[in-house]
Amino acid sequence: MYRLDKLFARLVFLGLAVFSAQLAHAQGVQGSTQFPGIGRNATPAEVIAWDIDVRPDFKGLPKGSGSVEKGQAIWESKCASCHGVFGESNEIFTPIAGGTTVDDIKTGKVASLVDRKQPQRTTLMKVPTVSTLWDYIYRAMPWNAPRSLTPDDTYALVAFILSLGEIVPDDFVLSNTNIAEVQKKMPNRNGMTRNHGFWSVSGKPDVNGSSCMSNCVKFVQIGSTLPDFARNAHGNIAEQNRLYGPYRGSDSTKPPIDRLPGSSGEGLAHAADTHAAAVKGPAALFKNENCSACHAPNAKLVGPSIADIAAKYKGQSGAQEKLMAKVKNGGSGVWGAIPMPPQSQLSDEDRATLVRWVLTGQ
Amino acid sequence: MTKKQIELSAEEISVVEKPASRARLVKAPEHFISQELIADINANGLDETRRGFLRKGFFSALGGAAAGLAAPMAFATGEGDPAILEKQEWQTTLGKNVATMPYGVPSIYEANLIRRESPGLTRVSAASVAFTPLQGLFGTITPNGLHFERHHQGWYNLNPETHRLMINGMVKNARVFTMNDLMRLPSVSRTHFIECGANTGLEWGNVAVPTVQYTHGMLSCCEFTGVPLKVLLEECGADLKKGKFLLTEGGDGSGMTRTINLDSCLEDTIVAWSMNGEMLRPENGFPLRLVVPGVQGVSWVKWLRRLEVGDMPWNTKDEAVHYIELMPDGMHRQYASIQECKSVITTPSGGQQLLDKGFYNVSGMAWSGRGKIKRVDVSFDGGNNWRSARLETPVLTKSITRFNIDWVWDGSPAILQSRAVDDTGYIQPSIKMLRDVRGNRSIYHNNAIQSWKLDSNGEVSNVQVG
Repeated sequence: MYRLDKLFARLVFLGLAVFSAQLAHAQGVQGSTQFPGIGRNATPAEVIAWDIDVRPDFKGLPKGSGSVEKGQAIWESKCASCHGVFGESNEIFTPIAGGTTVDDIKTGKVASLVDRKQPQRTTLMKVPTVSTLWDYIYRAMPWNAPRSLTPDDTYALVAFILSLGEIVPDDFVLSNTNIAEVQKKMPNRNGMTRNHGFWSVSGKPDVNGSSCMSNCVKFVQIGSTLPDFARNAHGNIAEQNRLYGPYRGSDSTKPPIDRLPGSSGEGLAHAADTHAAAVKGPAALFKNENCSACHAPNAKLVGPSIADIAAKYKGQSGAQEKLMAKVKNGGSGVWGAIPMPPQSQLSDEDRATLVRWVLTGQ
Repeated sequence: MTKKQIELSAEEISVVEKPASRARLVKAPEHFISQELIADINANGLDETRRGFLRKGFFSALGGAAAGLAAPMAFATGEGDPAILEKQEWQTTLGKNVATMPYGVPSIYEANLIRRESPGLTRVSAASVAFTPLQGLFGTITPNGLHFERHHQGWYNLNPETHRLMINGMVKNARVFTMNDLMRLPSVSRTHFIECGANTGLEWGNVAVPTVQYTHGMLSCCEFTGVPLKVLLEECGADLKKGKFLLTEGGDGSGMTRTINLDSCLEDTIVAWSMNGEMLRPENGFPLRLVVPGVQGVSWVKWLRRLEVGDMPWNTKDEAVHYIELMPDGMHRQYASIQECKSVITTPSGGQQLLDKGFYNVSGMAWSGRGKIKRVDVSFDGGNNWRSARLETPVLTKSITRFNIDWVWDGSPAILQSRAVDDTGYIQPSIKMLRDVRGNRSIYHNNAIQSWKLDSNGEVSNVQVG
């Protein structure tokens, strides 16, 4: 939210005379010519509140600055829990830093995009423009509290990310005056092409199929199938199709059947076996509220496993209340460096249910 | 993956046919009752031994089947089908009142056909996908409750009273509209498909998922109602000569922003509030979304709150980090947005089980982001020979077209494929043709011909040929 004096300063900065702003507002109460009575003109303050996008030519970029050092401090408190201390984490989202070299900064093309040495494409391997990072962090980060960062916070965070890729030195201060220079050092700034037929409906396709109708292939080669071990990786396919009619699902919990079932569907599940697919209760809550992003039943992910939590608090009096408070307010230090963000979206009832389930399995 | 070569010669299977008389609803396969036992019960009634078989709990709670079975049969086996010869519960009792379900839901027998996540695809369900069960759909329209979902920062029930649409940038007057305003404007209703750019993206390298729900389920088709974008832009005095680009912004946490190419999309884009006759569902952008026919789904911004006219593309995060396509030379294609002509057979399809040899109506969907479907060819021998399918009318532009073709299955192994042609003359390519040009790391815009292998046991699986 802008304070009014800042808003005034920004209006002047945008070259909007206050006089014309008032004039526009006066017009705003009038209806349109074509559709009388529908819509109104936006006030300058309204446009400023919503028009926050930043383009590659830096149109829309607010004044401000931030250092790598300050960025690192914000990063560790607000970003590292998902992205890792060095932007390297692949736990929740794809990594942000890695895979770029000092040489790439010279050429503007990331070499590891060709040599396939990098297992996963990171943000810095792809993004051609700094404006993209600035715009997105300011608009949508942190994940659970978008629009909570100031412009100066955003400069600092962008500076920190750029330092991870050695695009700026560790003592750098990024600002609206030097950001265009920094953009000229982006490792993949020359790595994008619009030379393709997909941008416009009248574009020319790059691949076109064959219209052959008969004797088109000598013999048919199967190049890829689903491996046997993956047969049931997507759950029982029989339960993802109708249990009546001609197209049932295969029971993927079992090996393929050895002969056709016959028109009555002998041996297959039938309509009377249909069960409601919706799973309810604490386990569903755990998934739907994204607890499963950081906690698994038996394995440590970003946070401790459910089994480990239950073991740690076994028999402790007041464990239920203690953990309910942690879920609500967040916690840190008990299981390692990465803090758990506060889960303030949960109702008290849901919090109680989840904690009880984690502690007792009930 | 070892390459195997299959001979598509007819393999005769002899199945001893028994007269079909499933006298009762029985659970299967673990509680399957043999025909012999049924015949035995029919002939001799129930005694303690036979009751023991039946106590294994295979009767569902759905009907008084057990009671019916315990009673002496009115007809001996062979006289006919018990489903006809015996009175059913719904013939002999009073049914439910009108409006028992004030907002109707599908039959309990349809519970298996729901949107599903693909295990392991993403780590956070707020930034994930729920796929449409195409294997169970008919015609062209996706029911609203089954429309696929893809969110970048979770979904909300936005309050329509406080929702606003702002139009600014290269316009004479930056304007604000409420839902009250927008829904008074002259509206149009158009049927269009929406397909995520990453649909079928898991299959660039090899077969990865078992069913059409996961291979093609980021696809839906609805009748959308709203006001044409052009009407709104003209209303604000947009400079459409210099302002060739439009930034569209969503009202969710990600504040999703996409650049729209007005040269290509101005004429048929809609600012929509309705899908299939009711308001948009919250998961699909209630109360307002952009409908950009033929363009990948990510540009159909949900919870639409702002449109800005400008003279250059914005290079937003989802145009510079995601939704870009890595080519073999290390360059990324940017702003690739048109969904090219594509088709898939939905019945039969991967993971399905056919019951028997004989006649089948093989059916599927075809669509093109460049216009109308002109022809769909179907092959039953892995692409060696093709026959043209029937297109169900009306064939609409940038919409799903349903195709059907008659087939008598002789019981031998088969590989089913469909290949669509649109009215620009473009022909749907094979996966090999696509890989030859684009490699296999581009993730997006995989519109390859889909192959389903049918084995002699009636099981269908996902394969890639060539």
